[in-house]
Amino acid sequence: MVTEVAPDRPTRRRAQEPLARAGRRTAQVLRQIMRDRVGAIGLVIVVLMTGAAVLAPLIAPYDPTAMSNQRLASPSGTFLLGADEAGRDLLSRALYGARTSLTVSLIVVTCAGAIGVLLGLLAGFYRGFLDAIITPATDIMFSFPTLLLALAVVAARGPGTENLILALVIVFIPSFARIVRGTAMSIRREPYVESGQAVGLSNTRLILKYILPNSIAPIAVQFTTSLAYAILIEASLGYLGLGVQPPQPSWGSMLSNGKSFMEISVWPSVVPGICIMITVLGFNLLGDTLRDALDPRLRGRSSR
Amino acid sequence: MLRMTLIRLLSVVPVLFGISVISFLVIRMIPGDVISSIMGQDFGDPAVEAELRRYFGLDMPVHEQFLRWLGALLQGDLGTSMRTGQPVLEEIMQRFPSTLLLAVSALVVSILISIPLGVISATKRNGLLDAGTRIGSLIGLSLPNFWLGILLVYVFSVSLGWLPSQGAGEGEGFWGSLKYLLLPAITLGASLAAISMRMTRSSMLEVLNQDYVRTARAKGLAERVVVARHALRNSLIPVVTVIGIQAGALLGGTVIVEQVFAWPGLGTMVIRGISQRDYPVVQGTLLFLAFFYVVVNLVVDLLYTYLDPRLRSGH
Repeated sequence: MVTEVAPDRPTRRRAQEPLARAGRRTAQVLRQIMRDRVGAIGLVIVVLMTGAAVLAPLIAPYDPTAMSNQRLASPSGTFLLGADEAGRDLLSRALYGARTSLTVSLIVVTCAGAIGVLLGLLAGFYRGFLDAIITPATDIMFSFPTLLLALAVVAARGPGTENLILALVIVFIPSFARIVRGTAMSIRREPYVESGQAVGLSNTRLILKYILPNSIAPIAVQFTTSLAYAILIEASLGYLGLGVQPPQPSWGSMLSNGKSFMEISVWPSVVPGICIMITVLGFNLLGDTLRDALDPRLRGRSSR
Repeated sequence: MLRMTLIRLLSVVPVLFGISVISFLVIRMIPGDVISSIMGQDFGDPAVEAELRRYFGLDMPVHEQFLRWLGALLQGDLGTSMRTGQPVLEEIMQRFPSTLLLAVSALVVSILISIPLGVISATKRNGLLDAGTRIGSLIGLSLPNFWLGILLVYVFSVSLGWLPSQGAGEGEGFWGSLKYLLLPAITLGASLAAISMRMTRSSMLEVLNQDYVRTARAKGLAERVVVARHALRNSLIPVVTVIGIQAGALLGGTVIVEQVFAWPGLGTMVIRGISQRDYPVVQGTLLFLAFFYVVVNLVVDLLYTYLDPRLRSGH
């Protein structure tokens, strides 16, 4: 019954040594990503940006909020990427901005993913009453333009990091719920789930043992592309002054400050933008490659 | 066909209702309540507070508040701005044409860029232009549109001084306003262009492998004719779908692009409302944009069923 064609199908071997098996599978996916040139670039970008965010306090040359009299200075030996309108080092601010952006996005996508996956599993596995509530609710949230929904929440709760996170979590739940519901519904009908049911496994066990492991591939892809999107929306709200509040550096608000001084120095308008673009590009490339590596059937389907 | 149209029309009703509920909740989600948020710490006059509470209907139970609000909504009453005293719907109607103009122009820009490039990219596969187009579209997808706007302003307004960077150029005549429209439209249309370019390319590649294209080639038709006559029309079907889906999303994008260019539309209106805590304005504008978004999607859906004969058979 072990088939090499579909190695992610649960088998008896998998049940006996799930950890080793999962480890092998991860290594295999990583190898596949590295073999693909585009995927490798994506992975490298993501690793570098995450590293920069984690190590920001160690590698940033200055305190990101420390002002100096070198207002809007061009790049030089003192300030490698120049300084902003308050004489703050742009490189340090960009590094701390990575920290803000990635932290917010990671928290948002993790929370939204957990809630969305749970809702999707419940709706797709149990159908009936739960499905009748969850699915229309997610459809309605889908029918709101993403940025508008986030704006509505921030408008009501006021700007700030916590409200930003709350707004984005709400925005990102529906896509996870929808995807997981779909896979849960199709896997539910597979013979091995039915046989599990026949030998008397409880619903919880069926979900944990069969439905969830088989939904991992689309969830992982959705997770990665959602991160890219979350970074973009975080930056957009930051630009509108509705995201993380100053003095904490965020790429979006750095850009909106920089724009006012564009005639004098272009650096504050360029550095954060490049950071956003490269990071989002990295996650997008990684997401695309992950999609191909994990499940060829998903190839070419766009996420949103 | 008629039955399908009716079903699709009816499916919009719960969505519109849901949007109304969400918009209704916007004011009720304010920490504390809207009154303390408006009055701040300084105004402790209980009479004024009671008056405001009555004005917003906050002295009633929530379900009654909602029914009253919904009733007003159905009569086209979105409340009045707390700053200007003007009815919110009136201001929306004044500003909506600007937003619509911007969104439609962005759509046109994105089609003009994406379809020719996508087709060329597919027919000259793996050439230099193909590589450039593909990298360009990847970057277009990863670039925050407001940053693209900032860069365009820097190049074309600050450095070259060719195009204005702020406003819509009211009262400057057709060609004068067109200059104001150009940069915002490109900014808003760029990501849609990137998406539909990818779609055009992949769909064109798929169609070029079909049997009927081989037949056309075997007949001895020039490649140009094969592409233009036989392949293009069919390859555009998925592209039209994607553009349709994304057309509504442009409305969300206008909010931020309008902010970059100080464009006098609904986007700047809602942001102004948020910063001034003018809640009826925020509520009304968000509601209007979301309603319009749903209607656009509905129209695109119906048009699409109408245009694609295969969907007409009624599945």
